[in-house]
Amino acid sequence: MGRFVVRRLLGMVAVLFSVSVIVFLVFNVIPSSDPAQRMAGKSATPRLVKSITEEWGFDDPLPQQYLTMMKKVFSGELISYFGRENVDERIVEGIPATFSLCVGAAAIWLFFGLLFGYLSAMRAGGTLDRALTVVAVTGLSMPVPFIAALFLNYFTYKTEIFPSGGYVELTADPLEWLDHLIVPWITLAILYIGFYSRVLRSNMLDAMNEDYVRTARAKGLSERRVIRGHVLRNSLIPIVTLFGLDVGILLGGAIVIEGLFSLNGIGQYAYESLKNVDLPPIMAITLFGAFFIVLFNALVDIAYAFLDPRVKLGESAQ
Amino acid sequence: MAVVGPWRLAWRRLRRNRVALGFLGLFVAIVVFCLAAPLWASEVAHTGPNKTHTLEKIQAGGEVREVVNREGRPIGPQWLEADGKFFLGADGRLGRDEMVRLMYGGRTSLEIGFAAALLTTLLGTLLGLLAGYYGGWPDTLISRALDVIWAFPVTLLAISLGLVLAVGGLQIGPLHLSGSSLWITILIIGGVYVPYMARPIRGEVLALREREFVEAAEAQGAGPGRIMLTELLPNLSSTIIVFFALNVANAMLLEALLSFLGVGVQPPNGSWGTMLSSGLDLLTSAPLLTYLPGAMILLTVLAVNVFADGLRDALDPRSKVRIEAHSGLTKAESVEGIAP
Repeated sequence: MGRFVVRRLLGMVAVLFSVSVIVFLVFNVIPSSDPAQRMAGKSATPRLVKSITEEWGFDDPLPQQYLTMMKKVFSGELISYFGRENVDERIVEGIPATFSLCVGAAAIWLFFGLLFGYLSAMRAGGTLDRALTVVAVTGLSMPVPFIAALFLNYFTYKTEIFPSGGYVELTADPLEWLDHLIVPWITLAILYIGFYSRVLRSNMLDAMNEDYVRTARAKGLSERRVIRGHVLRNSLIPIVTLFGLDVGILLGGAIVIEGLFSLNGIGQYAYESLKNVDLPPIMAITLFGAFFIVLFNALVDIAYAFLDPRVKLGESAQ
Repeated sequence: MAVVGPWRLAWRRLRRNRVALGFLGLFVAIVVFCLAAPLWASEVAHTGPNKTHTLEKIQAGGEVREVVNREGRPIGPQWLEADGKFFLGADGRLGRDEMVRLMYGGRTSLEIGFAAALLTTLLGTLLGLLAGYYGGWPDTLISRALDVIWAFPVTLLAISLGLVLAVGGLQIGPLHLSGSSLWITILIIGGVYVPYMARPIRGEVLALREREFVEAAEAQGAGPGRIMLTELLPNLSSTIIVFFALNVANAMLLEALLSFLGVGVQPPNGSWGTMLSSGLDLLTSAPLLTYLPGAMILLTVLAVNVFADGLRDALDPRSKVRIEAHSGLTKAESVEGIAP
């Protein structure tokens, strides 16, 4: 067990290292992306460009530049090219907004996704199932900017039920916090409710045909206990994995939603930095996002290794 | 008794699925609508998708109307009052014909969606097959590379690439793609989704490789290429078909997102995503400019998604392709949580 965990964690570090190298290369190897030129502005003198190049070490060999940058990422000294502000501090400042957005939206989509999926599976083929299928597939076909624009227009500009954006700290004013987050939560949740309900529905229908369910019925368990104890339990297993992955991805920032609702979290910071082709924040945010994706994936794997006796450690430790 | 092959059986099942066929019809209608763009532009609207009419006035409903008024507000839908000109109004300060732009924009969105999905499907199948069949170091190499791309937050990776390539263009050997080329967007979208298909395909190949028919083919002296093409590929075909449909849906949504953020389709080309983005400036005064392209994307992706579900039900109702395409997990991981 210990060896499995260690191997899994080492694999994580290797993946994160590769991710950082790729981000660094993408922004350095591509032509016309000389940061000194862009930092100096359009009407810059060659001398200014040269002094910026020397000051920031843009003429150092690439491996050395990479090492310097990574050292700064982890020591919290990374400075952005454009605002010249401390990147790690900005990310830490963005964490409350991004986490609030993710956790709230995740709770909503998990609740409704599972509820709809359960009802759909129990009434498979019926009217309710068909209606919920329409809702689900519409949700997973929704372009993010479109639904955000719809909600912005109807809930905030036209009716002024909710504020048009911004983030209020939970500790400062819990009611305002809620008021500002409800629309972004619903927007984000809609994209996932459909998917989760489809997954649960299909898993439950599969499980109902399994031998262990027939056995449970044969030994006289009530239908309720068959569904709760056997069908639902086994159908939820893959949901845990998916949920870990999806939340991991979102913690790296829901770029469009944060941007449109001015939530001032990590996603919005990512968007601003991308507009300025500002490598240091992009590097740090990508690593931050990738870290959660890899971490949740590893945690789920390790959790299963503990819970499921069938998992052979040697093989799953990829 | 007549023997019915699996394909014929699937076709029979699909033919009975009225909902799936209905949405296929909707999709075909949208494609025809977009293909008719040049016809509408030259015969009805008498303008092009990028032609501006800022200071012009038109005759509509017996009166003269400004295409863009003094406050910069574009004219609303004229329907047929101006003989089809500005059928859906103008698109903003530049006074371009919204209907013409919607049709041409749809062509761009569909082209990117299909080309990117095709790229993902080809690369995903190829890499999954090679890694799964050969095992050993080719598998390690391919799988590790896929894991790295898979670990990226997919939109962040696509946006970063879009940003850098839209500025600098791309040089592949002697081939130069300028920053505004649609191929850049196609390559990015097609590329970032490869792990989401290659990992599940590899998982399926790993299971197929142990089956008797592969052993039988090997015993007959068939080489690796032949086994992959004539033994493994046909067994993957139903998965690949459903995957392709879902890839189109995913690619169109990502295109909309990238273009919306300004790192996808570049001017002078327009797509539903860029229209969504430019319409947003006039959201309160002319919401139709946001709703129309948004609704077109929604309807197209919805049609593809429903048809994909119908295909899956006809070909292999127990397949987990939807989960696989969403998460990049293998089938075993999608069912058991993790590879058992």
